[in-house]
Amino acid sequence: MTTIQTATGATNTMVLNMGPQHPSTHGVLRILLELDGETVIKAGVDIGYLHTGIEKTAESLTYSQTITITDRMDYLAPLSNNLVYCLAVEKLLDLQVPKRAQYIRVLLTELTRIGSHLVWLGTHAIDLGAMSVFLYCFREREELLKIFEMVSGQRMMTSYFRIGGLALEPPTGWMDRVRNIVQSFPSRIDEYEDLLTKNRIWLSRTQGVGCLSASDAIALGVSGPSLRGSGVDYDVRKYFPYSSYDEFDFQVPVRTEGDCYARYLCRIAEMRESLKIVRQAMDKIPAEGPIKADAPGIVPPQREKMKTEMEALIYHFKIFTEGFAPPPGEVYQRIESPRGELACFIASDGSQKPYRMKMRTPSFVNLQALQKMIEGRLIADVIASIGTLDIVLGEIDR
Amino acid sequence: MTDTPDLEQNPAIAKIRGWRPEAIAGLISFRGDLTVVVYAEHLRPLAEVLATDPFLAFTYLSDVTAVDRFPIEPRFELNYHLLSLARRDSLCLRVRLSGDDPVMETVIPVWPTANWHEREIFDLFGVRFEGHPDMRRLFLPEDWEGYPLRKDYPVEGPR
Repeated sequence: MTTIQTATGATNTMVLNMGPQHPSTHGVLRILLELDGETVIKAGVDIGYLHTGIEKTAESLTYSQTITITDRMDYLAPLSNNLVYCLAVEKLLDLQVPKRAQYIRVLLTELTRIGSHLVWLGTHAIDLGAMSVFLYCFREREELLKIFEMVSGQRMMTSYFRIGGLALEPPTGWMDRVRNIVQSFPSRIDEYEDLLTKNRIWLSRTQGVGCLSASDAIALGVSGPSLRGSGVDYDVRKYFPYSSYDEFDFQVPVRTEGDCYARYLCRIAEMRESLKIVRQAMDKIPAEGPIKADAPGIVPPQREKMKTEMEALIYHFKIFTEGFAPPPGEVYQRIESPRGELACFIASDGSQKPYRMKMRTPSFVNLQALQKMIEGRLIADVIASIGTLDIVLGEIDR
Repeated sequence: MTDTPDLEQNPAIAKIRGWRPEAIAGLISFRGDLTVVVYAEHLRPLAEVLATDPFLAFTYLSDVTAVDRFPIEPRFELNYHLLSLARRDSLCLRVRLSGDDPVMETVIPVWPTANWHEREIFDLFGVRFEGHPDMRRLFLPEDWEGYPLRKDYPVEGPR
C-alpha cells in the first residue's frame, strides 16, 4: 500500500497498475508494471491488502484456540496449516501422537495437496485461456471437500487436527469415499494431461516462460514445486520427515528446465505421488486405536469419561477455561505444504498463550521470485508467472 | 535448555569456535533444535562464513523471526533459521537487540530472500536493517503509527 517509484525514470515508458482487483492475480495482489510497449521493464510487488494480524491475534488466544485461525492463512490447504501448528505445539510439549492419528493426518494432508493443486491447475489454465480444465478440476475438488466435510464437519475451515491427535473419530464409510477417489482419480489426471500436456497453445504459453535458475531459486528462498521445477529436490517430507512420512514410499518429482511448463509437470506428477501415499496410508491405518495422545491436561478427555469420572471433568474444564502451559522455549517446525516449506515458529514463555507465533508461509517467500521471473518479459507472461507460483494471498499477508 | 556434549561435535559450532570464539554468546539445544546466540556485530560476517563454507553450505535462509521480550532488555530477539540443503541440516542464529533504536545489519548480500523478511520485521517490530535497499513498510500503510507486534502495542490498536 505504498507508492512505488518508477525505477528507470524513462519518459517513453508507461506505468500500469495491475490489481489488487485483477482476477488473474489470485487474490489481492498489486503489481506495478513499468512497460515499454508490451515488455515489462520493472515490476514492483505490493502486498498487505489482506493483512489481518493473525500472529498478533494468536498472542491473545490459548494454544488450542489458535488452531482455528491457522485455517484462515492458506485457505486452499487448511489441513496443512493445522498440521504445522499442531506439530509445533507437540514439539514444544514433547508429545507423542498415536500412529493411527499420524497416518490419518498424512492421508488427509495428501488429499489437501491434491485439492490445492487442482485449484492451482484450474485457475492457472483459465488464466491462460483453457476454460474446460477449470471446470473439471473444480468438479473433482468438490469430491475432496466432501471428504473433509465428512470427517471435520467443514469443507474448508477444518480445524480437524488438534494438539495431540485429531478432533474426532472419522465417521463410518469415509474410507469408501477415499477409495472411490483413489480409484477414479488417476484417469482424471490423464484427462487433464490430454487437454494440456501436449497442447500447442499451452506449450507456447508456458515453455521458456517465467524462468528461474536453481541458484536464484535457492538464494530467493523459493520452495515446493516452484523450487523442484528448477532442479532442486528439496522436499521437507524427505529431508526432515515428520508425522511418519519416512514410512511411506514415494518419489519427489524434479524437473530441471525451471520454466512454467516444468513446474506444471512437477505438480501433475506430485498429484500422482500423493495418490500413492494415500493408497499406502489406507492400508496402514488400523481400523481401531487411539486418535489422541494420552496426555491428561492437554488433550481433552473422551465425552463418555467426562460423565463418569470426576478427574476427566476437571481436566475438561481446565483445558477449555484456562488452557495448558507448555515449558518455556522456542521451536521451529517445518512441513511440506502444497506450496512449499511451511513452518511455524513458536516462542513460549511458560504461559497458556503462545508468546509469539510466526508462520513461515511458502507463498510469501515464493512471491519474491516474481520480479526475477517477469522483468524483461511480455505482459502476458506476467499472468503465466503468477499462476505458476501458486500463491495464496491469505498466507502471504496473514 | 542445556549444554550437552554433542553440541561440541556439531560442525557448525566447531566452525564458529574456530572462526571467532568471542562471537558466541550462548548455545541452546531445545527439542532437537540448535540455536547459537551470537553478538549482533558478528552476525553479518558469520552469515557469510556459514553460507560460503563448502562443507557447511548454509545456502538457504528459511525465515527470519523476531520476538519482543518487553520489558526485558535487550528487548528484541532476531532468529535466523538456516538450512543446509547439501547436508540436510538446520541451524538457528539468534541475536539480541536493545529497545532504544534497534538496528541490525542486513543479510541481503548473503541471502537475497531476507529482503521481505527484514521489511516485515521493520513493519511489525520497528527494527531497522542497515544497508537494506528498500526499508519501507511491507503490510501496513505508509502512514501507520507504531509497530503492532511489539508487546507494548495494544491489541485493539492505538486510540
